[in-house]
Amino acid sequence: MATVTASAPRALPGGLLKHRAAQKLLLLALVAAILVPLANARWASGSWPAALTVDLTKPLTSASNWIIDNRDSNPLFLYFFGYISNAVVISVHAVYLVLLAAGWAGVTALGALVAWRVAGVRLALGTAAAFLACGLLGMWVATMQTLALMVVAVLVSVVVGVVLGLAAGLSDRLDRGLRPVLDTMQVLPAYAYLLPVVLVFGMGVPAAVLATVVYAAPPMARLTALGLRGADKEVLEAVDSLGATAPQRLLTARIPLARKELLLGLNQTIMMALSMAVIASVIGAGGLGDRVYQALASVDVGAALAAGIPIVLLAVVLDRVTGAAGEQAGEESRSLRPWLYAAAAAVAVALAGRLAGRLDWPDSWTFDIAEPVNRAVDWMTAHLYSGVPVVGGTADWAGHFTTWVLNPVRSGLQGLPWWSVLLVVAALAWLIGTWRTALTAVLAMAAIGVLGVWQPSLDTLSQVLAAVAVTLVLGFATGIAAARSDRFERLLRPVLDVFQTMPQFVYLIPVVALFGVGRAPAAAAAVVYALPAVVRITAQGLRQVDPAALESARSLGATPAQQLRQVQLPLARPALLLAVNQGVVLVLAVVVIGGLVGGGALGYDSVFGLAQGDLATGLVAGAAIVCLGLMLDRVTQPTERRAKKGA
Amino acid sequence: MRRRMSTSVATTAVVGSLVLLTGCGAADMTKQASPFANAQGAKSVTLSVQSWVGAQSNVAVAQYLLEHKLGYRVDTVQVDEVPAWDALSQGRVDAILEDWGHPDQEKRYVDDKKTIARGGGLGVTGHIGWFVPTYLVKQHPDITNWKNLNKYSSLFRTAESGGKGQLMDGSPSYVTNDKALVNNLKLDYQVVFAGSEAAQITQMKQFAKEKKPFLTYWYSPQWLFKKVPMTEVKLPPYKEGCDTDPAKVACAYPHTPLQKYLNADFAKKGGNAAAFLKKFKWSTEDQNEVSLMIADQKLTPEQAAKKWVDSHASTWKAWLS
Repeated sequence: MATVTASAPRALPGGLLKHRAAQKLLLLALVAAILVPLANARWASGSWPAALTVDLTKPLTSASNWIIDNRDSNPLFLYFFGYISNAVVISVHAVYLVLLAAGWAGVTALGALVAWRVAGVRLALGTAAAFLACGLLGMWVATMQTLALMVVAVLVSVVVGVVLGLAAGLSDRLDRGLRPVLDTMQVLPAYAYLLPVVLVFGMGVPAAVLATVVYAAPPMARLTALGLRGADKEVLEAVDSLGATAPQRLLTARIPLARKELLLGLNQTIMMALSMAVIASVIGAGGLGDRVYQALASVDVGAALAAGIPIVLLAVVLDRVTGAAGEQAGEESRSLRPWLYAAAAAVAVALAGRLAGRLDWPDSWTFDIAEPVNRAVDWMTAHLYSGVPVVGGTADWAGHFTTWVLNPVRSGLQGLPWWSVLLVVAALAWLIGTWRTALTAVLAMAAIGVLGVWQPSLDTLSQVLAAVAVTLVLGFATGIAAARSDRFERLLRPVLDVFQTMPQFVYLIPVVALFGVGRAPAAAAAVVYALPAVVRITAQGLRQVDPAALESARSLGATPAQQLRQVQLPLARPALLLAVNQGVVLVLAVVVIGGLVGGGALGYDSVFGLAQGDLATGLVAGAAIVCLGLMLDRVTQPTERRAKKGA
Repeated sequence: MRRRMSTSVATTAVVGSLVLLTGCGAADMTKQASPFANAQGAKSVTLSVQSWVGAQSNVAVAQYLLEHKLGYRVDTVQVDEVPAWDALSQGRVDAILEDWGHPDQEKRYVDDKKTIARGGGLGVTGHIGWFVPTYLVKQHPDITNWKNLNKYSSLFRTAESGGKGQLMDGSPSYVTNDKALVNNLKLDYQVVFAGSEAAQITQMKQFAKEKKPFLTYWYSPQWLFKKVPMTEVKLPPYKEGCDTDPAKVACAYPHTPLQKYLNADFAKKGGNAAAFLKKFKWSTEDQNEVSLMIADQKLTPEQAAKKWVDSHASTWKAWLS
């Protein structure tokens, strides 16, 4: 499906395409010519006109106060939210108890045996090593807390996702209604989800689990719907001709046929749940994320890394094991017996651990990595910060980047008349998409103005634009290199894997050490975070270019540079556009968190909202982040959307 | 998959039995402990750790004594100052050991809702102010009066502050009037938020290493004074009530005796742990000693607490009696 729609415009003659673009622009210019003088006459101001804003601070503050005052008496809370919250607390507690009762030996054995059954011996060893490493780093209890939270969040996400996916897969009308919502939810920064749940549930595990579910369920729903819709028509007809009822048809044909998508959905849901469980430490999730957060408070990069490594290990293991499960989905039913053996072995190990009195990870078996890491970081800051001959120090680069790139872009954006920003957004979105995406983008941008956060939003936007530019230059260059050299790609792959699963938090402190405080380090963290996805998509896109086209170019005597410029890059255009889209979305996610290291603007407002319990400020900033994300996605999103980055 | 199955069965069973047990009763979410509390029958206490190191020191020592002398299991959760009040009221944390004064929250939870109980003073007095490094004062002795700050604003210029001088602020969660102060005292300065204390400290250490001038929001007790000696800039003196209207503040910050607060239920039924936390009281020097070990010598909070506990038996023995 995707390839058909994606290749259709390319099949059109170039002249027609240009013609259509020109038409769109002409129409837009016409509309602008009528509306702009009108708007300008009425609200003549560079920034968003004050007459067109709505101040939500008062109603939001009183709503937040009302909730806090009535949380223990109002029936809505006592009979609805209270039960949800209770159920979450009790389930997490139950899972946590089970994990603690199994002891470290039991959990490790169980993990390894599951990995062995699903994915083979190598992954089983890897899983065991990962769990043992968590213990060695002194993070066993924290890992179990995160795992308990994850198990509950993933189960709920899967249930919610499958139900929504079934609905969308079976009903065309629901599909049309749900798809834009799910699409949008996937491009929003995780941070934006935290405030609304805190408003209702307060700080703590229930809010964290619910935010995780909201963040992690969409991929499951999307892929379930995709799997159901993609089922082979002939098989379905065959089932129909056998006289199967609709439920029978669903259970015996459509769901089994969609197994691959379902497992891919599970994989993505788990990865997203993990990344959210870490960020949710800001609202009291506890576990590994909280250790990272606490370590960052005392500039302890080493301790942050000690908690960050288990997160990365968990992520890699979960990703590989569920990925392997997805690849094996085609094979036919295996016997249950090995599973029974595996379960028995796990129980035996757990019992042995229990009898030996070694349930908790022994303190003497921990290994402190914090100190050597901190020494390395100290050395780095001492020698690279400033005054390095010829190239200058990192702090000088950051200063130049701020003065020569961030400041001009920001004052340029903020200096533009408000209606011209809307026009540019409309033009970009319409050129690349339909009038509908253009309208969404313009409305999102206008909503930012109405919320009264026009200036800080443009500040955030300027940081995003600058960081995206750097990301794309570096990402395309690395991606091209990786596509040309197998050896380089093999070296690069594990690095990319690790970088893609690291919690966003961990990036923040080393960039502060290197670049100081301000918008430059926030942008740097964003670049590092978004780079792997851009590199990967670019390399894949270039590699998938039709070998025949490349061969013919070569036979015509094109140099490698010519091949790249005239054959590979044009043919990989859809992949490159996707890379831009992903780059923008990921950069925004981190620029927002950059509020923690002096990024200012919207990120600061939402941190401030969470930190001061001033939900009005936070929610307005959160809404603006959502609008900004929506606008950026629409402006960079060509034709069909593809599967998203896992974490 | 096997594990997933079994846990899901367990979870549904638990949730199901919960619904059966409570029937149509009310579920008060403001009375829920953390799901990680009281695991395996151990008595447990959940302490709120704020993001600055002094607060970590309080918690580290309290945690060490609770675990090793009283036999509790201690969980810590990092929550910012204001949200911590809400979490405390709901029982998701049992105690805050260092509060810098939040009259609104105190009125709401302690006086009106009675879900939080006062836990007495911490013994440490906190003070917020504007500071410049002492090496700068040696070059420009008159810089320590706010009236002379405009004269020196060009010294503090950075890329982030544009044409003005930079006044560096820390975490958005901390108590601050700095934007209003700069405005009302007509200072040629721009407040730049580092975003977190970690970021601010890193930045200050960098400046200090190169002996560059900087002006910063800072507070005592703070371990960093031992590494980077700083002198306070005199602001117009604090008078009772001069900071009631946040937009019109034009005076210095007060000296605040830091307070402890306990969840009301925990204060009543918390047994030894609650009694211990109410008695917990130490001096600024004690706190700084532990903070310095954690933040500068990079000891883990537990090691630092052990070191302090081993050498100050007379102080903590009084808390246990």
